[in-house]
Amino acid sequence: MSGGRGQTFLGMPRAGHPGPTADTAVGHLQGERDFPTAARDALSDSQLRRNLGHATATIRAKRASVVGEVPDWEALRDAGSAIKTDTMARLPELLEQLETEVTARGGVVHWARDAAEANAIVTRLVKQTGETEVVKVKSMATQEIGLNEALEDAGITAYETDLAELIVQLGHDAPSHILVPAIHRGRSEIREIFLREMPNVDPAITDDPRALAEAARGYLRRRFLRAKVAISGANFAVADTGTLVVLESEGNGRMCLTLPETLITVMGIEKLVPTWRDLEVFLQLLPRSSTGERMNPYTSAWTGVHSTEGVPDGPQTFHLVLLDNGRTAALADELGRTALHCIRCSACLNVCPVYERTGGHAYGSVYPGPIGAVLSPQLTGITGGDEPNDSLPFASSLCGACYQVCPVKIDIPSILVQLRAEHVEARKARSKVPTAEAVAMAAAAWTMGDEGRFAKAGRAARMGSPMIRRGRVRVPLPPPLSGWTASRDVPSPPPETFREWWAHRDQSDASEARA
Amino acid sequence: MSARDEVLRRVREAVGSTGGTTPPPRAYRTSGDLPAGSSELDDLLVERIEDYRATVQRTGGSDEEIVVAVRSVLGSLGVTSVVCPPAVAAHFLAPNGDQESGIDSRAENAGPVRIVADDGSLDADTLDGIDAVVTGSAVAIAETGTIVLDGGPTCGRRAITLVPDIHVCVVRPDQVVQTVPEALARLDPARPLTFISGPSATSDIELSRVEGVHGPRTLVVILARS
Repeated sequence: MSGGRGQTFLGMPRAGHPGPTADTAVGHLQGERDFPTAARDALSDSQLRRNLGHATATIRAKRASVVGEVPDWEALRDAGSAIKTDTMARLPELLEQLETEVTARGGVVHWARDAAEANAIVTRLVKQTGETEVVKVKSMATQEIGLNEALEDAGITAYETDLAELIVQLGHDAPSHILVPAIHRGRSEIREIFLREMPNVDPAITDDPRALAEAARGYLRRRFLRAKVAISGANFAVADTGTLVVLESEGNGRMCLTLPETLITVMGIEKLVPTWRDLEVFLQLLPRSSTGERMNPYTSAWTGVHSTEGVPDGPQTFHLVLLDNGRTAALADELGRTALHCIRCSACLNVCPVYERTGGHAYGSVYPGPIGAVLSPQLTGITGGDEPNDSLPFASSLCGACYQVCPVKIDIPSILVQLRAEHVEARKARSKVPTAEAVAMAAAAWTMGDEGRFAKAGRAARMGSPMIRRGRVRVPLPPPLSGWTASRDVPSPPPETFREWWAHRDQSDASEARA
Repeated sequence: MSARDEVLRRVREAVGSTGGTTPPPRAYRTSGDLPAGSSELDDLLVERIEDYRATVQRTGGSDEEIVVAVRSVLGSLGVTSVVCPPAVAAHFLAPNGDQESGIDSRAENAGPVRIVADDGSLDADTLDGIDAVVTGSAVAIAETGTIVLDGGPTCGRRAITLVPDIHVCVVRPDQVVQTVPEALARLDPARPLTFISGPSATSDIELSRVEGVHGPRTLVVILARS
C-alpha cells in the first residue's frame, strides 16, 4: 500500500523533497497521549458520552434533511472535489495570484514557514498597532499554531468571540470539535462556567441556551464596539479576485471583520479556490454539511481594503498571513494531499462511530475525528515511533461513513490505510528488532505458505481450546500476545478443523455412494 | 531565502510531478427552474426566510408602497431611531425630504422616528444607540432564503447593518434569483459582500439553534412586487 513512500522518517521530507513536517512543540497539532490511552478516559465519562450522543444525533438529522432536498448534491460534490484537486495541482501559481490581487487591493501578504513564524508575524503586527487586546473570530489555523498563547506571552490578550470558543476559553478547556468546539459541554456545565468566569452575570441565569447566548452578547458587546484589532481565519480565499470569505452564524465574525481598524487573517495555504465562480459550489456544500442549514446566517466576503461610495468601510489595514506548517509535507503525496481538500465542515466527525464515543479530546490535535486522523499525522509526520499522532490512523473502524458524507469526497478510509502502512514501514526502518506484529505476520505467512504446516497449525490450535472460555483466555498470555487479547475476544477453536471435516465428509459420501 | 520563496519552493516541489489539469465538471444546476419574477419564486424565498424565524412583509412595487410598508414595520416594532444609507433615507423613509420628524399617519402605532442618514461618520457607539437600520439589497437567493448586501448606494457600509438590533431590508422584484450560482454571477467581488440568512443565531449549545446573538436579533424583509 505504501508504494514509494516507505521512506518517511521523523523530521524528513516525504518523497519529492518538499517542506518539513510541523514542529509538535509549537501549537496544538498533537496531544500528549496516544489515542487509545486518551480514549479510555473519554469512554468512562458518561456525561461526555451523553452530550456527544445527543449533539451528533441532532446534527446528523439536520444535515441529512437539508442535503436530501438538493437535487444536484452529487454533482456539487464532484465539482467540489475536482476544484480542490485542480487547486492543489496549481497551488504555486494560485498562491502568487492571490498575493498579487490582495496586494493590489490594499492588503499586505505575509508568509509563514511554520507555527512559530506565523505567531511571530501576528504578534509583531499587533504590537505595531500599540494595542494590547484583540478580538478573535473562531479559526482553526490560529488554534493549530497556538496563537493565543503566543500573544499572551507577548502581553496581548486575545478574546475569543465565537460562543463555543468563548465557552472553551472561559472553561480553560480545549476545543473538541471543528465546528462546535464546546460540543462536549452540556447546557448546565456551560451555565456553571459562565457563572464562575464571566463578570456581571445574573446569578439567577438559567441554563436555557437563549439566556446563555444573551449573557455572551452582553459580555462581548463592549469589546466589539471598542476593538481596534481583530484576528480571523478564512474559509476560502479566491485566487483570481483576492477575496477572503468567512462563514459564521452569530455575527461575531461580522463584528471582527467590520468594526476594528486592523484585521489580521491567518490562513493555511490550502484554503484557496481558483476563481470567484468556484464559490458557487462551496457556498452550497459547506453550510449544509456543516451546521445542517441551507445557508449559515452570515457570510462575509472582502477584498483587500474597502471604501463604499468614497467612505471607508471596514478595517483600513488588512494583513493576510499564509501558513505552511507541514502542509507542503502532506502535499507531496498524491493520495495524502487530498486531506488538504478539507473545508472544515466537520460532517465526518458527526457520523463517525469512534468520534461519537470518544469525543475530540482523545485525538489530541485541534483537528479531531476522521479528518483529523488523516490530517494531523501528515502535518506532524508519521514517525513509526510512539508519537501520539502515530496512533491516529488506527483510530478508525474503516466503516466509510466519513467518505460518504464528505462534501469534497475525501477518501478518508484509503488515506487511513495508507498511513497505517507508512507507520508500519517507518517502524520497521527504525528498529532492528522486529515488532511483535511483524513476527506474528511473518509466522502466519510461513505457516500458510505450506499445506502440511497449515494443517498441523489447525490441529495445534484445537488443542488450545480448553484454554479458552467464552472468548476469554483462562490463563493470561505472556506479552506480546496479552496486548492482543486484552481488548479482543479469542474465538474458541472448533472441535475439528475444516480440513478434518472435509476429509471425513468425503469418506461418508463415498460410503453412501457404494451402498 | 525569504519565507515567501521558501514556502513557494516547497509547494512547487511537492506538486511538481502532477502535470496538466482538467477543468472541473460543472454538472450541477447553475440556474433554477422557477421563472424569474414568478410568484412561485417569491413564495419559495418567503418560505425559506421565514424558516429562519425572520419576518417577511409583502408589499407593492412602487416607492410609495414601500415607504408605507417600511414605516409600518418600524412602527410595529416601536422603533424610535433608524439609520440608513443616504439613498434609502431619500427614497424609502422620507421621500419629501422630511428627515427628522417622520410621523406617518398611515402606519399604525407610528410615533416620531429619528432618521439618521449615514454619512460615514457614525462610530460604533453611536450606531449602538440607534434602534434599527433600513437598507435595500443587491440580490436575494430564494432556495437558501438569503439576502446579499454589497455596499452599494442602498446597502450602505457594513457597520450600519451590523450594530443596530433590528434590520429592515427591502428586496426589489428584479433582485430575486433562485440559486446560489445565479446570485454569485450577479455580484462583484471587488465590493464588500455580506450574505444574510435570517437573524444572527448560534447552535453552539447542544447544537440547538437559538436566534439572536451579536448581529441584529430581528430581521424583517420587505418583499416588493408589483
